Amino acid sequence: MTPLAGYLLVAALLFAIGLAGALTRRNAILVLIGIELMLNAANLNLIAFWRYGPHPEALTGMMFAIFSIAVAAAEAAVGLGLVIQIHRHAHSTNLDDMNRMKG
Amino acid sequence: MSFVFYVLAALTLAGGLAAVMLKNTVHCALALTVAFAGLALLFLELDAQFAGFAQILVYIGAVAILVVFAILLTQGSETPKDGVYSRYWFSGLVIAAGVFAALGWAVLQSVRVLPHQTAVPSVTVLQIGNALMGRYVLPLEIVALLLTAALIGAVIVAMHEKERAK
Repeated sequence: MTPLAGYLLVAALLFAIGLAGALTRRNAILVLIGIELMLNAANLNLIAFWRYGPHPEALTGMMFAIFSIAVAAAEAAVGLGLVIQIHRHAHSTNLDDMNRMKG
Repeated sequence: MSFVFYVLAALTLAGGLAAVMLKNTVHCALALTVAFAGLALLFLELDAQFAGFAQILVYIGAVAILVVFAILLTQGSETPKDGVYSRYWFSGLVIAAGVFAALGWAVLQSVRVLPHQTAVPSVTVLQIGNALMGRYVLPLEIVALLLTAALIGAVIVAMHEKERAK
């Protein structure tokens, strides 16, 4: 197994863990944590391809990862703000309780 | 595959597993920090120093703190009576296992077309700065706009609505 395949397998496993967390937990914050883990797994893939692919001096994968980190930070801020507002409104962060679009 | 890689991968995966499996929500946030730190160390192991330190600053420094704040501002660390897993946890687990099986199969079965680079790329912060200000200046500006919009949007979304109702 090449080093690249090792890193890709770790990223795939981390993605699956994050997906399992996002699909099985009932707390909205834990679902966001799962989504963050999935985004990080994608970043690991980008960095691994940058390191072991041709032309690392072009910095393409590294730039992708850096922009992805910035977008993920924005997503986390807005997502957690939404969770706080939902908790204030419904007094719960349980996703199984939130089955209506009407407030 | 070096010994350091296995240790870091085990640390990251253990942190990720604990972050999605622990019952106490605050413990989940702390385990998430461990997973982020493991990922940052994996980035450093991949000779991506800039991305590794950006990961430490953004994820451990900001996102993990934000998650802890959100947990403490909502229900705190109390565990709900009716379990932490949703009603559909089994189908979620099956979907995740299927996705991992497909990804793992694709990684292990794929044939390498490009030559494997073993030389360590020497990338300085000067080169990264030049690339950000040159070739990638438009994405950089868009990210700046996005971060500003997200900052204002998060504050507006989480703001009290009492003044508006009057």
